[in-house]
Amino acid sequence: MDLENQKRVKEFAEQYGAENVVVVVGAAEGEAAGLAAETVTAGDPTFAGPLTGVQLGLTTYHVCEPELKKEFDEAVYDEQVGMMEMVLDVDDIVDEMSSIRDEYCKYL
Amino acid sequence: MNSVIKGASYVLAHTPEMVINNGTTQTTERVVNPDSEYLKELRGHLRSYEDCVNYWPNQVYIGNAHPDELAKVEFPYYDKPKADSERYGKYGEIMPEAEFILLAQACDMFEVIELDKEFVAAHKDAFAADPVITEDIVAKVVEGVELSEVEHFVNDEHAEGLYFEGKLVGCVKRAHDIDSNLSAHVMHENIMSKASSVLALLYAVRNTGIDKEDVEYVIDCAEEACGDMNQRGGGNFAKAAAEVAGLMKATGSDSRGFCAGPAHALIEAAALVKSGAYKCVAVTAGGCTAKLGMNGKDHVKKGLPILEDCLAGFCVIIAENDGVSPEINLDILGRHTVGTGSAPQNVIGSLVADPLERVDMKITDIDKFSPEMQNPDITKPAGAGDVPLANYKMIAALAVKRGEIDKAAMKTFPEEHGLTGWAPTQGHIPSGVPYIGFAREDILEGKIRNAMIIGKGSLFLGRMTNLFDGVSFVIQANTGAEDNSGVSEEEVKGLIAKAMKDFAASMMAE
Repeated sequence: MDLENQKRVKEFAEQYGAENVVVVVGAAEGEAAGLAAETVTAGDPTFAGPLTGVQLGLTTYHVCEPELKKEFDEAVYDEQVGMMEMVLDVDDIVDEMSSIRDEYCKYL
Repeated sequence: MNSVIKGASYVLAHTPEMVINNGTTQTTERVVNPDSEYLKELRGHLRSYEDCVNYWPNQVYIGNAHPDELAKVEFPYYDKPKADSERYGKYGEIMPEAEFILLAQACDMFEVIELDKEFVAAHKDAFAADPVITEDIVAKVVEGVELSEVEHFVNDEHAEGLYFEGKLVGCVKRAHDIDSNLSAHVMHENIMSKASSVLALLYAVRNTGIDKEDVEYVIDCAEEACGDMNQRGGGNFAKAAAEVAGLMKATGSDSRGFCAGPAHALIEAAALVKSGAYKCVAVTAGGCTAKLGMNGKDHVKKGLPILEDCLAGFCVIIAENDGVSPEINLDILGRHTVGTGSAPQNVIGSLVADPLERVDMKITDIDKFSPEMQNPDITKPAGAGDVPLANYKMIAALAVKRGEIDKAAMKTFPEEHGLTGWAPTQGHIPSGVPYIGFAREDILEGKIRNAMIIGKGSLFLGRMTNLFDGVSFVIQANTGAEDNSGVSEEEVKGLIAKAMKDFAASMMAE
């Protein structure tokens, strides 16, 4: 995850409380989505950014996961995400995200 | 009349030492984790020059193989060298690092590059033997200094070292004592960009068969910025490179737009020529040292060689309609506007579907799309997937949503309307333009009727706006030099018919 984004996530967690923050991921690949999820839960796996060694344990979902999809207005979702939903390997993304959530999320 | 694609060039410079010393993944790691395993293992993963030349995607880039041939090579590509690979191709070459350092010195007008004289003596003949390097360029390479002098500049004067096969052979000095925009780091980055742009310009002139004096305007569309502390990015890489390439009748300027830069610049060039302001415009870009080894950590972790070990450059010559060469149709321009929005759906809609709809064309009326043509060998191990394929899937999904194809046809769309990616991940370099050389030939041979070139840019990187960006244009077969600005016979008939209908309708109403 981009170092600047790591910094912003860390600041939001401090400002609002880690239990009140949900990180929504939009990566196009399961692996990339998993890496982002890992960064905001277990810490930066590349040891490069501000979240290195910081286990925030934040709640995180990919925008294509069913739990998040049901939160949206259907028409807006179709307009903004519908096309990508057809393109992405949603099952792979769900697998990656769930395994990270199960292991590291502190607020579910 | 529409302006035409007169020809194109694509060049690479193999620069493994710059991967270690100038790529930001590596320079950042040296600050954050100086003792990391990655930095220790890095050198062992660098490719030899021969391996770099024999690499399938590189051979495609310089024109020794068509992307359709690459599509038949079993993935991954890095462990399947291409037989009969060559340094030189029909579009350009893969220049070895030593010769590229000499070219960089030939591009240095302010004596900031100092080279070890033994190094110069050892490689000058090879440099002079390059078919596009003219005598006046060779003459710009100075004899060199003692190595101890180079060491002094690197150790005591903040110079950036230039290395060959692990040894210090020269340096780029700072061009000002306190101005950070003229620091050794910035001078190094800019001179390397300029040098690769010069090489691209030289090949473009050769490939098109025009005279150097025919080029009237040069647009540089790379991603670097030159200028001092009072005008960071003040620019004109274009004219600076044109000077070394010997384009004595050309002026020029720089155009920037992150990865979308080349597509913007090509539309500007096509418009300049169509308007008559200039008869012949070269759109050029050099490579980016900062991006060398950008995904190196993932490549090393997965036991791959460092695949981002080349600076890349390209140049496209746009000229007045010659009645033969494929044209840029300025009536079909895709544009991501301020109001478009950044959802992928909006982006692809604005760049692909909207411009076609305006001229009553469907997505399937375009034979080949050339969006972000990154080599998947580089991006897949880094978790970024197959970027061109992702683009084709998005275009296909949009076609399904618009009812232009069945959902079942989504599977075959990438193969029918797409290409396998081969371009190095040098930001602006893979963005639509790598196919222009092949597109020109494929259209001339009648293999395809048209191609859409799509450039996309991530503007947030500059922290000035969160907006996305992109533009697209269509290259089509030459319409036989007919005056596209006039009205065709068919259109006149249509207009008369409509006028008569309206007249009849108004009579009936009365």
